[in-house]
Amino acid sequence: MTADTTSKAPLTPRIGRIAKRGKAAGGKGPRYAKAGYLFVAPFMIAFTAMFLVPLLYAAWFSLFREQMIGGNVFVGLENYTRAFTDPLLLEGLGRVALFFLLQVPLMLAFALLFALALDSGLLRLAKTVRLGIFLPYAVPSVVAALMWGFLYGPDFGPIAQLADRIGATAPDFLGADLMLGSIANIVFWEFTGYNMILLYAALRAIPTELYEAASVDGAGAWRTAWSIKIPLLRPAIVLCSIFSIIGSFQLFNEPSVMRTLAPNVIVADYTPNLYAYNLAFVGQEYNYAAAVSFVLGFVIMAGSYVFMLATNRRSRS
Amino acid sequence: MNPRFRRRTGLGAALASPLAFTACGRTPVQPPEHVSQAEIDEAMHTPTELDFWTWVPGIEKQVALFEEAYPDITVDVTNAAQGAGHYAKIRTALRAGRGAPDVAQVEFQLVPSFSITNHLLDLRPYGAGELEDRFVDWVWAQVTGANGEVWAIPQDTGPLGMLYRTDLFEAHGIEVPETWEAFADAARALHEADPEVYLTNFPPSQGAFFSASLWQAGADPFGGSDGPDLKVDLTSEAAQRVTSYWADLVAEGVVSTDPDFSDQWYQAANRGKYATWLTAAWGPVFLQDTAASTSGKWRAAPLPQWEAGSQVSGNWGGSTSAVFNITEHPIQAAVFAQFINTDPESTKAMATEQYLFPPTKALLEDPEFTGLELEFYGGQRVNEVFAQISETVSPEFQWSPFQDQVYADYGATVGTAIAEGADAVAALQDWQDRIAEYAEFQGFTVEES
Repeated sequence: MTADTTSKAPLTPRIGRIAKRGKAAGGKGPRYAKAGYLFVAPFMIAFTAMFLVPLLYAAWFSLFREQMIGGNVFVGLENYTRAFTDPLLLEGLGRVALFFLLQVPLMLAFALLFALALDSGLLRLAKTVRLGIFLPYAVPSVVAALMWGFLYGPDFGPIAQLADRIGATAPDFLGADLMLGSIANIVFWEFTGYNMILLYAALRAIPTELYEAASVDGAGAWRTAWSIKIPLLRPAIVLCSIFSIIGSFQLFNEPSVMRTLAPNVIVADYTPNLYAYNLAFVGQEYNYAAAVSFVLGFVIMAGSYVFMLATNRRSRS
Repeated sequence: MNPRFRRRTGLGAALASPLAFTACGRTPVQPPEHVSQAEIDEAMHTPTELDFWTWVPGIEKQVALFEEAYPDITVDVTNAAQGAGHYAKIRTALRAGRGAPDVAQVEFQLVPSFSITNHLLDLRPYGAGELEDRFVDWVWAQVTGANGEVWAIPQDTGPLGMLYRTDLFEAHGIEVPETWEAFADAARALHEADPEVYLTNFPPSQGAFFSASLWQAGADPFGGSDGPDLKVDLTSEAAQRVTSYWADLVAEGVVSTDPDFSDQWYQAANRGKYATWLTAAWGPVFLQDTAASTSGKWRAAPLPQWEAGSQVSGNWGGSTSAVFNITEHPIQAAVFAQFINTDPESTKAMATEQYLFPPTKALLEDPEFTGLELEFYGGQRVNEVFAQISETVSPEFQWSPFQDQVYADYGATVGTAIAEGADAVAALQDWQDRIAEYAEFQGFTVEES
């Protein structure tokens, strides 16, 4: 790709000059540094008060056990050893992992497809389509879950009624077998548009020279998408995947709303977050709930890290 | 754990525990032996503001009566949430040491969960000890502690009865079942005659209904528990009897298993899917508001019985007014809790305007209350039916100190087993195991039987 290197070449001296000027300015001393701190202070204060302090408090809290009988005792890491062997938590983690494998690849594949279609410029009413796909993201997830819960309803839901009208039986969307899929569908509906926008924005940032070069080399639309767009979208796809890992493992709103419709399918420990919530507010096991939340946090961190490591290694090889 | 280590860490915990953050909160009131009338009079003439959390609609009426009687006291009513959300907020505020109400609505089954954590004010010194005769025996038993403490003042109750669709019964020639055996036969006959209709719906995660059913059958799973000693017996003969009864009817497919108070359930009640609703005394008015399209078709009757000829029932729901011991105004709060639940005008309004089923003997015998004819029930005197049922509720039933957890565990074990056709009687043991494990984590000494 000769066009690429030549276009970049004249830039380097200018960048060098800017960098040098920046360095000179930075050297002017502590007054500038002070101003810098002042600029970040509002964020740091809010970040400390709203994020770091509660986090540290919860971590500290998770080392105790407050009992109805016997009061508050320091138990060290006992809550953590309990969490790592708690079948209810492990089951919940397994469930959200399955959810992740089931839902995320499909969602990202569709998001990518939509983004590429929009970017191809071949679509009519592209703006309307883009807005239409994105719109569900603007619906609060609780509202979305309520709405889909109504659609899924076994007696009163429109799907069931339609099936009834044509003499068929609708599948039991709220039954134990299909529930995870039903929730996956809601999340798919909510977040495909969001991921599409992220990918679409990344596509728009690809320099058009690359497309020109590709067309000079005789690449068609498919070839361009496969050999240029998708490889350059890699960082954006990784980002979407990481968001999805976090979202999947933290699944809470949708199962929490659907629980009123199917309390025996979505049990109190259906997802780790739901479990932590119920531990705290039903069982009053606040300390253990804090430990469970941290375990979930570690799992998400580890999962995201492993994912990044895997994708990085592949891109290098 | 090494006891020496434990003592040392215990000390460290006391100094550095998370609660130290909140040590600035109120210290609990130590109730005096006796509060004299002079002290009460003085307090009731001191300008005071009380915080009262409740979700009872129209409670402003009772509050206004109280403020009229005691013009120096102002009561701020907060509807923080209903049920679980309400308690979660109270517990959070109690832990924080500030922001908790002086007086709050607490349902019967949760009174012990607040007394075990030492958050309630014993109301005996404030005159509540003398109120015993005004309340129905089994109701009073629900609010008194092991040493005779009065933890709360009863507000309304929910003796369990049966509402049935007289039109469906007549159409299919079904007699009102007086025993559970007859009820089961009717369930089979009705479903066979019309596969769209079920004699009743068994809500598989409704722990409160199941508890009331155990109560009726004579099971007392936590009976004899006292403070740190917890007794659990969920595998008794009576418990097995109730469990296998419902499990069998569900397995035969003659009873539906929709979660109650869900969209599906409301819809089905309106559509005539259920021919009966086994419900508490608060059920009749609730149904009237939610299944308006079926007006005139319903009647009330006592619950079917395990032994032919006997009359026994259990209780589902109902509330009390409890005073938290963080209050700065124990006298005013205690007088308020007693006033709204015993003053004749206040309680009459609750019973006849807000339709809370009364726990006081006076109202249960008041012809103005029992004689009320409800259009929705074809002009039947429904209150009279439930007032009679109220007399048949056994006083032998004790709540666990963590009934929320008991219900949650019920849904995950027995409820699910019944709904999914698994071995529900075996699930009773799972239920008990979960409770025992939880109780041990909470520091109780558990005795299983």
